[in-house]
Amino acid sequence: MADKTKNFSRRDFLKTSGIATGALIGGGIIGGLIGANTNRQDTASTNAPGTPQESTGAPGGVRGLTFFKNNAEFEILNQATERIFPEDDLGPGAIGLGVAYFIDQQLAGSYGENSKEYMQGPFFEGELTQGYQSRLKRNEMFRQGIQLMQQEAQSRFNANFVDLEGGQMDEILTAFQEDEIQMRGTTSLFFFRLLRQATLEGAYADPIYGGNHNMEGWRMKGFPGHQAAYINEIDSEDFVEIEPQSLGMEH
Amino acid sequence: MVTTLDSVDVVTVGVGWTGGIIAAECAKEGLKVVGLERGRERGTEDFSIVHDEYRYAVRYELMQDLSKETITFRNNRQQRALPMRQMGSFLLGEGLGGSGTHWNGQTWRFLPYDFQIKTMTDEKYGANKLPAEYTIQDWGITYDELEPYFDRFEKTAGISGENNNPFAGERSSDYPTPPMKKTPLLQRFETATSNLGLSPFMLPSANLSEPYENPDGQQINACQYCGFCERFGCEYGAKTSPEITVVPAARETGNYEIKFNANVVEVMKEGDRVTGVRYYDTVTFEEFIQPANVVVLTSYVLNNAKLLMVSDIGQQYDPETGQGTLGKNYAYQILPGASGFFDEQMNTFMGAGALGMSVDDFNGDAFDHGDLDFIHGASLSMTQTGSRPILHNPIPPDTPSWGADFKRASIENYTRTLGVGGQGASMPHRENYMALDGTYKDVYGVPLLQLTYNFTDQDRALHSYITERAGEIMQEMGAKTVVAGNPISDYDIVPYQTTHNTGGTIMGADPGTSVVNNFLQHWDAENLFVVGAGNFAHNGGYNPTGTVGALAYRCAEGVIRYSREGGSLV
Repeated sequence: MADKTKNFSRRDFLKTSGIATGALIGGGIIGGLIGANTNRQDTASTNAPGTPQESTGAPGGVRGLTFFKNNAEFEILNQATERIFPEDDLGPGAIGLGVAYFIDQQLAGSYGENSKEYMQGPFFEGELTQGYQSRLKRNEMFRQGIQLMQQEAQSRFNANFVDLEGGQMDEILTAFQEDEIQMRGTTSLFFFRLLRQATLEGAYADPIYGGNHNMEGWRMKGFPGHQAAYINEIDSEDFVEIEPQSLGMEH
Repeated sequence: MVTTLDSVDVVTVGVGWTGGIIAAECAKEGLKVVGLERGRERGTEDFSIVHDEYRYAVRYELMQDLSKETITFRNNRQQRALPMRQMGSFLLGEGLGGSGTHWNGQTWRFLPYDFQIKTMTDEKYGANKLPAEYTIQDWGITYDELEPYFDRFEKTAGISGENNNPFAGERSSDYPTPPMKKTPLLQRFETATSNLGLSPFMLPSANLSEPYENPDGQQINACQYCGFCERFGCEYGAKTSPEITVVPAARETGNYEIKFNANVVEVMKEGDRVTGVRYYDTVTFEEFIQPANVVVLTSYVLNNAKLLMVSDIGQQYDPETGQGTLGKNYAYQILPGASGFFDEQMNTFMGAGALGMSVDDFNGDAFDHGDLDFIHGASLSMTQTGSRPILHNPIPPDTPSWGADFKRASIENYTRTLGVGGQGASMPHRENYMALDGTYKDVYGVPLLQLTYNFTDQDRALHSYITERAGEIMQEMGAKTVVAGNPISDYDIVPYQTTHNTGGTIMGADPGTSVVNNFLQHWDAENLFVVGAGNFAHNGGYNPTGTVGALAYRCAEGVIRYSREGGSLV
């Protein structure tokens, strides 16, 4: 329950500081909070030796929102991704890895805008085997889905999503997965799959995209990232542990 | 306003393996060749930061921009066809090299049985082995007739392999380079399949085991086993691709020009001849006509068929009557297999796209089908292609798909899982075909291609039988848990399966049942050639590129002969 207390204090801070202003976000407040959140679990595994706690992996050490327009939405996403990919003794979860920042950046770009996809009408529902037939762009789907998570929290538990117990958040996420939540222009099952997949992408994409903080996702999984060659190791009978490397670290 | 350009000897639509091979062979013979490529120029220098799973494997950096053009799809004629809005089941390539840039490099020769499937099946099992709605037919060419062209393609590509597959067709020469490394993981497959009395061999690979200079004088480097092949380009120039072999060979003649950002929308036809092609500059949307003595369609399966349809060349196939040949015999592939979970960590993240071992004991007609309700089969392989973390999250059955248990299990098993996979042959069916869509259009105002496709009873029976065989191999490999692939029901265009689409412009000996003859020359227009996996009368149990390469060399010979002599080549 100690976690819960800290959650409350964080929310209270957000409330009292008027966090919605862009200047504060741009100034790295969110990054600082993420750091604090990682700290609260007090596990040794989340940061490699020599990695400064405040390092965010972003250029210039700052982090901000490029798609979401207020911190409340972003915090819901942050907590939801953490339920999908939680911190444990293996290492950080989605929050510690910066997954929500990764998703935020992706939603502002070609992923969120579906710019390489066929978005011409007419639109029909179609069979499941015919795939995505919504006129909604991914970023519209995320915004609606996150609003609905908050709405579900209010109607089921009379509380904000971010203040719920983990099990309560899971109940709401499961309702999305079971396609029980009414969405406009898409289905909650589709949105849930998108959210789950985006969470894994943020956990394991190269840190140049803003997630996979300090390559901790790779380190947990035993994936060495960008390595020039394995021609000298591939004959090994034993598992070879290799310190991961990012494409962004060559400079 | 349309600008008409100076006429050339040969124009190819698309510059991947087939366009590159046609260009190299024709240009070496002194023909002036223009290649129209709707994507952009690219080469090895563009792949120095290619080890990026998210950009290339997840967001499809090298693939077609579907906002401009896609296809529509339905499972059957009763459904409304809807656009494939996002890529999934198969990945369409774009740009110089086409799919030959982002392929894995598994390079097979289809079996002698494949080319004479109707004759050989009827002879052995009688004419009614499959119901009449399965429209299998011979290809109008035999393995032996095609063998010199297989040999040619393998020498161009420098294929690394070992000649010890007892079920393969006769070879006129050995593989140009020795097989890739037989890694400890592949040795597990070798031991297990040998124990089961099967005949394992190293999978023929276009990731080369050693540096190689091909007969055109082009250099291919040695594979470094970096684990980033399929969906990626090779930063070492070690995965044989058109842009490092046949394209430079064509350019060095001085007889070849590639026009990039050139999207062909029509083949121009007058009487029983074609006169050239019409295309849009994709940057300015200016319209051009490129006149040519010979037109060769060398784009992907789906686009080759579409261009013939929108140009009204040939008779559209009608599933109601069985009449017409264009769009007929669309086939795909069936993917049986089994996963095995192990206790020990393995180097699953290392690898190469065509690093694998295979058995053909259950492929083609290598086993008796007398008591089985399907024909053909699958190659079964274990490949070590390099597992990457976003798309590879293996979890044992009954593990939730998210949350704490998912995280632990997917991390645990990422380096503790192996797979044995089959590439199951796909028999054509009367109801599986391609046509033009009546509703949806591409960015140039041209109708989209419409695909009507579903798995068949033949597919389901084959899948179930081969899945059992894959499970037996995995069991013998010592997995603590063996998980067989789920039975197939309806074809779903969402999850990735394979980019081995075939048919629609099939080859054959009879104009009544095929689109092109065995030189890939169109029956209705003698100066039009159509080449690629669209020529396959059914899909076999292997990756298609080896057979596509052979057909392209055959086609090039046809184009050269036609340019000198004219007339029908058969």
